[in-house]
Amino acid sequence: MTVVEQQAATAPAVAASSRKRSFKPRYPGWLTAPSLVYYAIFFLGPMAILVAFSLATQQGFGSLSYGFNTSQYGQIGNSLYVNIFIRTLVMASVGSLLTIAVGYPLAYWMARYLSTYKLLALLLIVVPFWTSFLIRTYALKIILDPNGYLARDLGINILYTKYAVALGLVYNYLPLFILPVFASLERMDWTLIEAATDLGARPLTAFREITLRLTLPGVVTGALLVFIPMTGEYIIPNILSGGNYEFVGNAIGDQFNSAQNQPFGSALSIALMLALSVFVAVYIFFATKEERFGA
Amino acid sequence: MRRLPKAKLGFTVWAVLVFAFLYLPILVMAIFAFNKPAATSLASFHGSNVCSIPPEQVGNITVWNGFTTCWFPAGIHDPTYIPAIITSLQIAAEASVISTVLGLAAALALARMRPRLRAPFDALVYLTLVVPEIVIAVASLIFFVQLRNHFGAFPDLGKATILIGQVVFNASLAMLIIRARFVGMGDVLEEAAYDLGSGPLATFRQVTFPRLLPGIVAAALLSFTFSFDDYVLPAFTNGTTNTWPIVLYSAVRFGLTPAVNALATIMLGVTVLAVTVTAVILRRSRAQVGAGRERTRGLAITVGGLR
Repeated sequence: MTVVEQQAATAPAVAASSRKRSFKPRYPGWLTAPSLVYYAIFFLGPMAILVAFSLATQQGFGSLSYGFNTSQYGQIGNSLYVNIFIRTLVMASVGSLLTIAVGYPLAYWMARYLSTYKLLALLLIVVPFWTSFLIRTYALKIILDPNGYLARDLGINILYTKYAVALGLVYNYLPLFILPVFASLERMDWTLIEAATDLGARPLTAFREITLRLTLPGVVTGALLVFIPMTGEYIIPNILSGGNYEFVGNAIGDQFNSAQNQPFGSALSIALMLALSVFVAVYIFFATKEERFGA
Repeated sequence: MRRLPKAKLGFTVWAVLVFAFLYLPILVMAIFAFNKPAATSLASFHGSNVCSIPPEQVGNITVWNGFTTCWFPAGIHDPTYIPAIITSLQIAAEASVISTVLGLAAALALARMRPRLRAPFDALVYLTLVVPEIVIAVASLIFFVQLRNHFGAFPDLGKATILIGQVVFNASLAMLIIRARFVGMGDVLEEAAYDLGSGPLATFRQVTFPRLLPGIVAAALLSFTFSFDDYVLPAFTNGTTNTWPIVLYSAVRFGLTPAVNALATIMLGVTVLAVTVTAVILRRSRAQVGAGRERTRGLAITVGGLR
């Protein structure tokens, strides 16, 4: 009884101040403490030691002396490693462009022409992405096998070449590109296209002037969303190029596996992160732009 | 306007081709789980069970040689695969629980924190997702080895270190998924609960938590899947422990039998089931939340977490 009265009394007040409410349920800030401590130890810790290692000096096998030795970084200037960096960036760019070419029309089709089956199509895009990366890469390898049908009967023998790596990149990262682009196409107001064509614009012109412009931030975000992990890729070049076509990630792995030159591997890691940070900055720029446009 | 149906047809054909591209390799892999060893190899093999043929004599198994189901029992009884799968399941279960708890706690506090206070935490979270996994893997390796050298209590490389490393990015992922759900929910019902005299804990238990549950379940399932499928980090921090992706990887690189296809097919089936369950749960939660935009973004975040 009293509760009801109280509510009745406060109801108009709430309605009147609905724009600026005094009450905001908040959860205490210390709830972030466990994660913060965890990140500080097990994420920032490894990153810090990585920096320390990259500046250390190797003394014989497996023994280090810390210091400020930048010679490891100088070694990256070696044409062998410059080439690996260039190859990685070129392959990631090619992979991203191919992903755009394959994925954009699909996202467009989903947003423009589907209604009942839209969610099903979305699910079909997501499912491969949630299944094991390794299994999908392996599946691709079976198809591309030199003894398989593709090579034997159709003459497409590309396993262990850069073409197989590019195919693997597109195959594995396509869903990751389609989702954000689909989201930005979903937000599009299609009546704008109708208006444009009613006013005499040809469909292609309407697409170029309206659809493409409005979804470009989404495309750039999606492209960087795949470009960034492609640059750090390790599994795909290893399996599909059989070690013939190394990415920076593989070069780093080698330093820790077989070569046992951990300071140099650490320096390569730092260099990779620095290279990536440029693209991450661009990504953040476009992502905030996209957010503002969407809101 | 006359051109439109034609354009639609073109796009539909493209879509069918892309879906074929996405699913054909997986399908072929599953079909080849039922493939017999090459006929030439079988000619010189005299056992009763063709799947007990030594791996190096299996012959060309990337073309169809005939139907058999014996790779499934062969895979299930293999001495290396099953213990590795059990190890992976164990690590994934632990990683999933720890990550979800950490992510949930952080998401609750962060969702309504002032942006300026939130920014550093967000930056850290995105950093854990953007840094290439190979870099995290080698950094964790040297870090764990150093810790082991200086603190006797720290475990040797093995299950524990794999788990510790995986929780880092899984917690970030869980936080983002749960926070997206939490923000989408709004705070009106919580306010109502407070107004009706419910305390903070009771409100959390009776109002917030049940409504967050779909997001929490999704985060837990996804953490589980990502941990279970993870190769790169365990490959460097495993010590002598074998996980399923590690044995699968070496099988893929150094010759194998369709037993691997059989196990991969089983795994695939389980994952698809888990994904479908998650999708249904998410869909139900969407109906509750009713925020159209949050839906696709939540999905993008969900998927975007994987490197």
